This record gives sequence, C-alpha cells and structure tokens, in this order.
Amino acid sequence: MLVEGGHVFAVTGAVLAGLGFYSFLVKRHPIRQLLAANVVGAGVFLMLGGLGRSPGGADPFAQALVITGIVIAVALSALGAAMVVRLAACGDKDEAPLGEKREGP
Amino acid sequence: MSPLDLLVATPLGFMLAALAFGGQGRWLILVASPLMMSLAVWLVFLPPDAAHVVGGWDLPLGILLRGDGVARVFVLGAALCAALVGLQALYEFSPQSGGPSARNRGFWPLFYLMWAGANAGFLTTDLFNLYVALEMVSLAGVGLSALGSLQAALRYFLFALMGSLAYLLGVALLFANYGTVDITLLARTAEADAATLMALAVMTGGLLVKSALFPLHGWLPPAHAAAPAPASALLSAIVVKLGFVILMRLWFEAFATLAAPIAVGLLGALGAAAVIYGSIQAMRQRQLKALVAYSTVAQVGYLFVAFPLVAAAPSAAWSGMTLHAVAHMLAKAAMFLAAGLMLKAAPGRDIADLVGLARVMPVTVTAFALAAISLMGLPPSGGFAAKFMLLDAALDQGAYIYAAVLLGGGLMAAVYLFRPIAVAFSGAHGRAVALKAPLAAVAPLALAMCAIALGFFGVAFAELAAIGAPWAQGDAIGGVP
Repeated sequence: MLVEGGHVFAVTGAVLAGLGFYSFLVKRHPIRQLLAANVVGAGVFLMLGGLGRSPGGADPFAQALVITGIVIAVALSALGAAMVVRLAACGDKDEAPLGEKREGP
Repeated sequence: MSPLDLLVATPLGFMLAALAFGGQGRWLILVASPLMMSLAVWLVFLPPDAAHVVGGWDLPLGILLRGDGVARVFVLGAALCAALVGLQALYEFSPQSGGPSARNRGFWPLFYLMWAGANAGFLTTDLFNLYVALEMVSLAGVGLSALGSLQAALRYFLFALMGSLAYLLGVALLFANYGTVDITLLARTAEADAATLMALAVMTGGLLVKSALFPLHGWLPPAHAAAPAPASALLSAIVVKLGFVILMRLWFEAFATLAAPIAVGLLGALGAAAVIYGSIQAMRQRQLKALVAYSTVAQVGYLFVAFPLVAAAPSAAWSGMTLHAVAHMLAKAAMFLAAGLMLKAAPGRDIADLVGLARVMPVTVTAFALAAISLMGLPPSGGFAAKFMLLDAALDQGAYIYAAVLLGGGLMAAVYLFRPIAVAFSGAHGRAVALKAPLAAVAPLALAMCAIALGFFGVAFAELAAIGAPWAQGDAIGGVP
C-alpha cells in the first residue's frame, strides 16, 4: 500500500492544504479567498488528526487540538463572511466604519 | 491565584463587563489601567522561576504560564501602552466625540480582548496555546482596524487567517514528529530532520505575515493608517509584536541548535530590506498617519536585523533586540496618539496641513517630537540604547552591512520624521484650531517620556530581559516536568 494507517488522512490533508493555498494566491474575490482558507484549515486539521493516531487508537491530545482549532476556524469564518457582506452592502466605498447602519441585502 | 493567570483572566473579565455595560463600559478603564499596571509590576518582581499551571490540570492538557525575562518586559511594556492608550480612548470614544455610537462602544471589548491575548501569548511557551493567543489578538486587531476602514480590515483579516493556518500547519507537523508542542521540551529533543525544518519554515512564514516583515507587510499601512488613533496605536505597538515574540521563541529557544546561519541571514536580509523600503515609503507619504504606519514597517525591520546578531552572539544582542521592541511599542503608541490629536486640530490629513500646529498644541507636538527622538535612535532614549547595543554587537562580529543598515535607518528615520515636525513649527498663521480638551495630550506625552526614560534604564532592562533567557546557563526556567 502506498500509505498506511492514519497516514491516508494526513496525505489527504496535505493535498487539501496545498490546493487551498494555491487557490488563495490565485483568486482575488474575498469570498473565494475565505473559502480557500477554509480548505487549508480542513487540510491542516485532517493532518493533525491523522498524524496524531497511534496504533492503539486516536490520540486524545491531538483531538483536543483539532476541536479547539475547528471552533476558532468557524468563528473566524463567520467574522470574515460578515465583513464581506457588510463591505458589499456599503458598495465599493472605502472608509466604511462599523456601526453606521446601511440598508443591507 | 497568581499574577500569571490574573494577567490573562482580568482583561477577559473586563471584556465581558464592557459588553454588559454597553455605553457606560468605557469608564471601566479607570479601574482596569491601574489594576493591570500593578499586576504587570508584580510579575516583574516575582522570583525568577515563576510558573503557574492554570486550573491545576496535568500537562499537556493543562496550560502552563511562565514569567521569563521576555514575558516580563513585554507584559510590562504592553501594560504601559494599553493603560495609557486606554485613557486616551476614554476621550477619543466618548459620546461627545461625534463618532458613531456603535464604534464608541465596540472599541472596548476588542481592546480588552487584545490585551488578554497579548498577555497570554507573552506568558505561554506552548506552541498550540500560542496559536490560540495569536488568534485572539488577530481577531481583536481585525476588529480594531475595522473601526476605520472595512476594506483594509478585510485584507488584514485574510492575510492574518492564512498566516495563522500556516503556523498551525507547522504545529501539526511538530506534534506528529515529537508528540509535544512545548517549546522547552522541543528544545531538548529537536533534530534537524525534514519534517522539523519544514515545520519551522511554514511557521516562520505565517508569523512573518503577522509581524508584517517586508515583503509580507502589504496589509499593514492601510489598516494602521485608517484606524482611529488609539486603535492604530495598539495595532502598531502590541499586535505586531506578538508574532515577533513567537518567532524569537521559535528561533532562539525551541530550535536554537538547528537555526542554520543561512536561514537566520535571510531573515536579517529581509529585515534590512524592510528598514530601507519602509523608510523610503515613509518619506514619500503625503498623509501623516500613512507616514507613521510605514515607519512601523521600517522599525519591524530592525527587530529582524537583530536575528543574525543574536544567533551569532546571543548575550550581547538579546537585550538590544528586546529593548528595541519595547522602545518601539512605547514610542509608536505615543506617536499615533499624538498624530491623531494633531489631525483633529488640523484642517486636513496631509502633512502640509500641520502648518502652525506647534503654536496651537505645543504639548502634543512635543510628545510627537519626543517619540520621534526614540524612533530615530537619538540619545538619550530607549531607541538609542537599543540601537547602541545592536550596533556594538554588529561591529564586534564584523557584520558591517548590518551596522550600516542600523545607522542608515536612523538617518532615514530622521529625514521622514523631521518633515512633519518642521511643518508643525513653521508658519505663524496656520488654519489649525485648538482642541477643547487640554488633558488629551497627557497620554501621548507620558508614553513618549517612558520611551525616552527607557534609555536611562538600559542596564536594568537588560538584566530583566535576561531572566531565563535561552542562552543563559542552565536549563530553561519553570517547573516543566
């Protein structure tokens, strides 16, 4: 077999991280960049979980790290999405301070 | 309880309180500033091996906080900055300021979140806890810069997100390789295999984005220049420093034995390029805050010019590097606050609009000038003492190129910082109108005087920064099993 045990997850994770990073560099639209960052995040978590597997089963410490990381990634993605939406609602004007309510979609 | 966890928990408590109290939450800073300052001073006087496991959980699930020399000087510097910037923000974000009320309220929770995250990052040596601290500070930093320009904040956010993920990728590789992510343990077991070097490379890349080293600085000038003055001060003084502190811990604590001269030399070369590029860009700016923001790009460069010097002779350059970081914290916070006040009084945002300002607001312009003295590295100031130590180390090692960069950078800083000062002192009949709040200039003046005063305490500072330093004899401090 080319890869054995938990390493199939780690290799998949590495591929995902690479794809996401490439896409982040190539795409210009913030939503696509946000998605690309999420793909990288998924890849990193998969690597962390896959490499943290011992023959006796999953490593609880690695799982704790992955869960913490996923919570942070979800929160940051939500923040990023909210910022993109707010920016789209403001049009292309820069200097759009938070808190000035505008008609959003 | 110990000051170590109180330094992280207290600002988090204030964050929740600021959210709960809404519009009145701003008065909390009057309690928070003295409280946090006394905690930071307490930390400085703790015994040298101070360490504390939060909640008493066993490692590695428990969170170990340690007060080594680096942690002490950075926590104290950040406390000084944040306490004084917070007092200034009380004026800046008051309901009478005329800004949108959501902005006035939104500042405070972000401010306390940033403070808690920065302290957590300075006090921990666990790479994963550092990731969490890094994200807390980035989250707060993005929020703070969104108070000015949403577009700049979004750009900063995306860069910061990729930077954190690159860092986390390195943490994953190290964990898979060594089964631990504690810097002290890694220092004992690290070997120069492919996985370790790759981890170090991706982590460094991610952290260089966070600390805005040329050529990864692109997000910094728009975000720092557009934010309200107290937010800019915090971003330039504290947020940028956390990435640098983690890099210091990686290169000189965890992997000091593996750091190849070529790699350290590359960081030094990027630092030198940052000094030159940032200074030239600062000279070209028309707007005052953009000038100050590009000055941050240049000043971050010095911190990395110090990397090869520290790698070659740690004991000599270590104190110069940390002192430069703290002196820049104080001076840049003072300069952004002073610049914010000057722009409020001036008719426009350009440097040319500052005509006659020295007559209208002499105290604020003095604060700006004192901060400029430290940034240029003129004696007697913290910036001078730091540059002197670094220059001394560079000449000792025969690293004449770095010595030239240190001297030339100071000269260029003088060129771009004298420009706004000269304009402010010129012309008797400017269109500037004095502010009605004479006390507003107290915070920038106090910060600038701290930056100057640091020059008189260079030796005491060096002793403090050397507590438990990685190059000092004996194993790293702390009760790490």
